[in-house]
Amino acid sequence: MSSQAQRRSSMLAITSTGFIVLWIMIAAMPFLWTLWGSFKVQGDFFSKADWTHALTGVRTMAETGSAFTTSGYFGAWMEQGFGKSVVNTFIVVFSTVIISLTLGTLGGYALARSGFKYSFWILMVALVFRAMPHITLVSGYLLPFFEWNIWGYLPTSIIVLVAINQPFTLWMLHSFFLNIPKDMDESAMVDGCTRFQAFRHVIIPVMWPGVITTGLFSFLLAYNDFAVTASLLSQENQTMIPKIASFLGTTQVEGNVMFAVAAVVSAMVPLFFLVMFFQRQIVSGLTAGAVKG
Amino acid sequence: MSKFKTFAFTATAAAMLVSSAANAGCGINGNANVSILGNDFPALHAVFSAAEQCAGDGVTIIKNHNKDFKNLMVPALSSSPAEYSAVTVANGTLVTLMNNDLVRPLNDLVEKHGAGLNKTQLVSVDGKIMAIAFMANAQHLFYRSDILEQVGLTANDVQTYEQVLDAAQRIRDAGIMEYPVALNTKAGWNLGEEFVNMYLGTGSNMFKAGTAEVSINNADGVATLNMLKQLSSYSHPDFLTFDSNTTQAMWEGGKLALATMWGSRTAGVLDDEGSTPEVVNGTNFAAAPSFNGGSTPASSLWWDGFVISKNVSDADAEASFVAMMNGISTEMVQANNDAATWLINGYKPSKAASGVAATAMNGASPYPMLPFMGALHGAAGAELADFLQGNESAEQALSDMEAAYTTAAKEKGFL
Amino acid sequence: MPHRTFFWFILPSLAAMVLFIAFPIISVIIQSIHVEHEQVLISVENCGPFGCKQITAIDAEATALLKADQPLGQFSGLDNYTNRNHLAFKEVSKAWHSSESVGAFFSALLNLPFYKALLFTLSYTFVVTPFVIVLGLAIALGVNGLPKLAKGPTIFVSLLPMIVTPLIGSLILFWMIDGDGVIGATLKYLFDDPNLSLKASPTLTWIMLFVYGIWHSAPFSFIVFYAGLQTVPEDTLEAATIDGANRWQRIRYVVVPYMMPLVVFITLMQLMDNFRVFEPIVGFSSEASATSLSWIIYNDLTQDTQLFGSAGATSVLTIVGVAILLLPVLVRTWRDFNRKSH
Repeated sequence: MSSQAQRRSSMLAITSTGFIVLWIMIAAMPFLWTLWGSFKVQGDFFSKADWTHALTGVRTMAETGSAFTTSGYFGAWMEQGFGKSVVNTFIVVFSTVIISLTLGTLGGYALARSGFKYSFWILMVALVFRAMPHITLVSGYLLPFFEWNIWGYLPTSIIVLVAINQPFTLWMLHSFFLNIPKDMDESAMVDGCTRFQAFRHVIIPVMWPGVITTGLFSFLLAYNDFAVTASLLSQENQTMIPKIASFLGTTQVEGNVMFAVAAVVSAMVPLFFLVMFFQRQIVSGLTAGAVKG
Repeated sequence: MSKFKTFAFTATAAAMLVSSAANAGCGINGNANVSILGNDFPALHAVFSAAEQCAGDGVTIIKNHNKDFKNLMVPALSSSPAEYSAVTVANGTLVTLMNNDLVRPLNDLVEKHGAGLNKTQLVSVDGKIMAIAFMANAQHLFYRSDILEQVGLTANDVQTYEQVLDAAQRIRDAGIMEYPVALNTKAGWNLGEEFVNMYLGTGSNMFKAGTAEVSINNADGVATLNMLKQLSSYSHPDFLTFDSNTTQAMWEGGKLALATMWGSRTAGVLDDEGSTPEVVNGTNFAAAPSFNGGSTPASSLWWDGFVISKNVSDADAEASFVAMMNGISTEMVQANNDAATWLINGYKPSKAASGVAATAMNGASPYPMLPFMGALHGAAGAELADFLQGNESAEQALSDMEAAYTTAAKEKGFL
Repeated sequence: MPHRTFFWFILPSLAAMVLFIAFPIISVIIQSIHVEHEQVLISVENCGPFGCKQITAIDAEATALLKADQPLGQFSGLDNYTNRNHLAFKEVSKAWHSSESVGAFFSALLNLPFYKALLFTLSYTFVVTPFVIVLGLAIALGVNGLPKLAKGPTIFVSLLPMIVTPLIGSLILFWMIDGDGVIGATLKYLFDDPNLSLKASPTLTWIMLFVYGIWHSAPFSFIVFYAGLQTVPEDTLEAATIDGANRWQRIRYVVVPYMMPLVVFITLMQLMDNFRVFEPIVGFSSEASATSLSWIIYNDLTQDTQLFGSAGATSVLTIVGVAILLLPVLVRTWRDFNRKSH
């Protein structure tokens, strides 16, 4: 390697590190701002008078006597029972991810191993399904769900989220399975396994990388969802995002916006632990798998 | 959270603890299931919590506060039996339920259990009582008397929108504020509401009598649009994103001197949070201004009330009515006096309610309770932004509105 | 794989999709070719807290009879698709004949809600998608070059823009970009223009929405590309190094070609997601300057008078739009599929 190329290469390394630092700042800035601001009062964080109030806490000093206040957190968690919706969110997210992946791996595996034309068309139809705006779907569910008396319960929302998420899950897992050599399960079948046994004993052990990456996206979808959970859950079963929205007030009446800000910060904490906990698996998961179009 | 809300919260909680045992059942006979759906704000929380005290003794009460209750209520009440036995609504939302024939006439229940009601609380259509109103609301003028004083004006000088424009010009000339005026003009529902308010100020009808045919493309319509445009020239250029949260924050930040905002926002502006004493002390409320030589305030009056579902058993309906009557009791009002402008006996109007009261007193019209009003409201909210941005003429905007409305009304079977 | 086995493997997944997506789509299509039955209007007296008034109301009994006759409403063919609030055939042809110049025709066209929304939707799709791909790839390459310990936290931070964004968008970013907010004030300072406001001018609102869209979607393409990067065969890279390729050349001639299937996958998903853009429009209150097809659906379904037929028609048009956009990608996948299966 020539020295000129080496110099250019180290230039590139510096540029790329600089770029990542810049990206981290852009990605994290609104969240750091929120984290800092969640300890202020509304008059500071949403100040029209001067945005630096959010940093210095002028109104917070005037209204609470100190530069930081935890009243947003207290209000959200103690007065408004945010903890209940955290539990509900965990039930919904956990179940959605597990069921999505179970259905998705079976279906994705079948699609990857079947050479028939209809499996291509199933994939295409799944794409069309994915194109449907969620809000139209949800407004269509309401009447039958009320009629069958299944509206408002967590399992209903879970199964709807699973279904809505299925096209993406199928596509992604199907691509992962394409990457696992056919010989592996087929030689198991030559040895006398049924298709399902081959799937269980040969494919399951090597599929985790793809499954974990797909699971990450299912997780994010269920965690972020507003359209489905806001319309299909009753008040006692509310998950975090609709709960946060309910702090925002209405056209006519002021809400408790700082509760919402504190709740948003709280909602980010589990994600941090999740990523830290699964970091190894995510990275190694990504290492072994590949997504193909 | 403002102090009164904290107070309201603790007060209702305390009241619940004290009286829940004594009140169990509220005298409801036998077993009944009551479920209440409504919007999500403190005044309704107070009402629902008070109604909840009737639980026990075979009576179950479920409540659901949801900001999007409007989208839920029709399917929820259409199923049989209805998911909710009672819903809190406003003028506009009651019409939606009535269009679908989902509410039950309350005449016999009012006779039996409605002794404490004011006659004005009864909302009737064709002699049938459809809803019981318990609070009122309207957009009206907020003004800063200290700033008006600086330019040599008083409250008497801002009774019409023409005068408001003049005052705004003076404030601008005096170098106090470049953009002293704000209305809730966010494109969509808010802007539609401003159009309705202003048009009501002209005193003409929006529809040809007895039909769903719109008639806004006339001189009054043009005057309405021009006034909105002139006011917007004294508003910050961001005005098409102004919703109530924005305008309230601007007011509390001392950025406004004259604004038309909701009466339900007065308490938040007056409390000791979010604003400086200077702004709070200068803040006063007046009736919504009139315009174009008319005498009616250019605003619409709103009420909030409750209805009882048609598709529930008579026993559940009666139980729901009794529970809601308990929810809007005088004790509830006394505990939450400042949470809203109540229409209930025992309410003591404070400064916060003065704007709504003055607007009603000056003869403002109620928001039109017409089955096709929502379609026109929607069309106005969507089509006016172009005009206010200066992209088209008032006549073009009105004919766009007309066309959008007509298309929607045809789809709904009104035309 | 025999048909039978295939069937049992795919059944649960297919059942969920048919039940919760296919049936609703069919019902939406049926809804979109009907308008509501005729409403019988009567004049009645309405009394309330603010006095009595003669109003027009629906005659519930007479209307119920009509409704019982036609539970689906009146069949209207493609009226919902061709009326003014959608494809507006009549208005478009009128504008075509009466406009003197192409410019006048376009401004008449963009005065119609559907075409106005379509223009923004397409612009958003075609601006955001390429940026997301390039930015995502750049971040993935950068993160891949980081020391091992720094990777975990960086991945976490990079995922943040994807999480709780609708709310963060409406609540916090909206205030940050305000003329009096931290980002807005900084921009004013940078451009030395005290009247600069991202919320006031349509052009700036569009740019703001594009930037937000890129920021929000970049993590998705980052994660997928990062996954792909781990699978680039080491020996190919080494061979390239031995042949004297520097780092840039290795990326350009080895890594990028290897990642092409991923680019297709991300393009597919991004085109689709961006075509359905609507949350940022609501979050940033930009209805006045920018509307999208999904926003029209949302607006039809959430306003006081809910327009189900109209929302259904726009939904079907959205699906058709997505199908057209994806056609090139689909043809490619079809060829791949045939190659793989034979």
